[in-house]
Amino acid sequence: MALLSKKDSKLVLDPLADNNPITIQVLGICSALAITAELKAAVVMALSVLFVLSMGNVAISLLRNIIPSKIRIIVQLVVVAALVIIVDQVLKAFAYELSKTLSVFVGLIITNCIIMGRFEAFALGNGPKKAFLDGIGNALGYGIILVIVGFFRELLGSGTLFGFKVLGDPVTKTGLYSIGYENNGFMIIPPAALIVLGIIIWVQRSRNRALIEEA
Amino acid sequence: MKDKLHQLKLKYEGKKMAPAFNALHTFLYTPNETTHSGAHVRGADDLKRTMNTVIMALVPCLIFGMFNAGYQQYIAINGAPETFSLFNDFLTWSNFLVGITTILPLVIVSYGIGLGIEFLFAVIKGHEVEEGYLVTGMLVPLIVPVDTPLWMLAIAVAFGVVIGKEVFGGTGMNILNPALTIRAFLFFAYPTWMSGDKVWVHGAKAGLTQAGSTDAISGETILGSLAQGTADLSYSLSDMFYGFIPGSVGETSKILILLGALFLIFSKIASWRIMVSGVLGALAMGLIFNGIVDAGWLPTYSKFYTLMSFPYWQHLLVGGLAFGIVFMATDPVTGSQTNRGKWIYGFLIGFMSVMIRVFNPGYPEGVFLAILLMNVFAPTIDHYVVRGNIKKRLKRLKTATIYPKTSDEVDSLKTETA
Repeated sequence: MALLSKKDSKLVLDPLADNNPITIQVLGICSALAITAELKAAVVMALSVLFVLSMGNVAISLLRNIIPSKIRIIVQLVVVAALVIIVDQVLKAFAYELSKTLSVFVGLIITNCIIMGRFEAFALGNGPKKAFLDGIGNALGYGIILVIVGFFRELLGSGTLFGFKVLGDPVTKTGLYSIGYENNGFMIIPPAALIVLGIIIWVQRSRNRALIEEA
Repeated sequence: MKDKLHQLKLKYEGKKMAPAFNALHTFLYTPNETTHSGAHVRGADDLKRTMNTVIMALVPCLIFGMFNAGYQQYIAINGAPETFSLFNDFLTWSNFLVGITTILPLVIVSYGIGLGIEFLFAVIKGHEVEEGYLVTGMLVPLIVPVDTPLWMLAIAVAFGVVIGKEVFGGTGMNILNPALTIRAFLFFAYPTWMSGDKVWVHGAKAGLTQAGSTDAISGETILGSLAQGTADLSYSLSDMFYGFIPGSVGETSKILILLGALFLIFSKIASWRIMVSGVLGALAMGLIFNGIVDAGWLPTYSKFYTLMSFPYWQHLLVGGLAFGIVFMATDPVTGSQTNRGKWIYGFLIGFMSVMIRVFNPGYPEGVFLAILLMNVFAPTIDHYVVRGNIKKRLKRLKTATIYPKTSDEVDSLKTETA
């Protein structure tokens, strides 16, 4: 017996590729550009969004029948704000250095279009189990892109992955650096993230031509 | 050779590799097929010939760059000759040998990687190879420092051709000048190889030393030393004009750039409007800066003082301003298309180049940034020029008095248009 029915697993798997919130719906770009210079920050950001989106989706889904539709945006904001503050405080308590790197962007999860979008489009019309799976799926779809962009930017820009010097030491000239390789300073700055993201979108759409919009 | 290519072309017609053979064929010879119906005006100056004309204008700069690479290394090691003689000190075989061994690889890598990608995209997309890279490939080695590592150049060229051009749809569709995209990529990715006093002389990074001492050789560009506040220049104005100064490979000799410019203007390849307005823009900004210094508004300890008090017309003699205005700003794809637009576009390029030169703290040169910025704005400029023209003509129509025609005239008009 499968853990999830076919319909339910589609909720989780669809946003990973063919309905990805970043590359297909082009939402949540700001944070994808800002915090992907290091892989570690990208992973933490992805986990934070995973927590906020799955919990928020469940909360909104449970409340969906008692929220007056006129003030639903305010209710949604209160839910996100509460969850984001929890994430922010946890980060400050247990990973202070990292919370400084992420700085304002954890707080800005509140305004992340993906979250409000899922609340509006899915949680308000579906039960808590489905909403939870949808939240997990979309957050993973967001996270997977963040991690891919972060991987290339940290590897090419700093020569490290999660802070480990995988290409050798640029100061003592070991590994690749001994034959004249140098880090690419362009990958550190945010415009590079836009270009890496563009290449991901390009590759994805040329693999699956059904995704190309009509001009 | 010609017949062989014809046969090869026929053999591969309709096959996957056809674009590659067609490109080689039309690059060397006039195509052997013509349109079958209708009357057509046939001109020899297709896109390939246009590109070749620009390349011809660039060749003197390239050859001068080779001699200059050797000369700069020679004076860095041995000191400047007391009495300079063009044939004994500059146009020597040893200078040329140093130059050709460092610069020819740059040219080969630039063309090899760039054309390789063009061929690849043509085969994938199944259309003819586009000519756009012919000029870009020649410009790229001319606008980088002599000692740029070849692998860096290769990566930058791949980036520039794919992201700067192919993603927009290839030659003629690009928003940014591909050669400058490559230059900008190098500048942001590897700043230590693009500025400072170690990159302009061949061998300085590798640690060559001066003759009879253990001091490492170095050479700073004129703009570089101005940005550091060194006002006394060891280069005379004629050195700057003829180009016996350190700098990127092809940008130093202003007289050869001027000759290239005249050649391009008379062959009607490049727009004289952009060149003239670019020079005017640079002079205007330079005059403003000189005026500020003369009025005493800027204290002498300001870090901008030396660059701002640099005589306004000398800005044209140093750095890549002249090269950029003549060969890069006039790119017909990325520049303005309307005549009035060209004046505005060129003027702003010159104006901003000098402004960025003075105010950019990291790098005392701004031509490539200014041209890239104006590339982005060129369509906007054209849009408003065209809109302004439409408005003007509508206004003329409103104020015009149209006399009623007599019935005879109306009849004659009818027969004319019938």
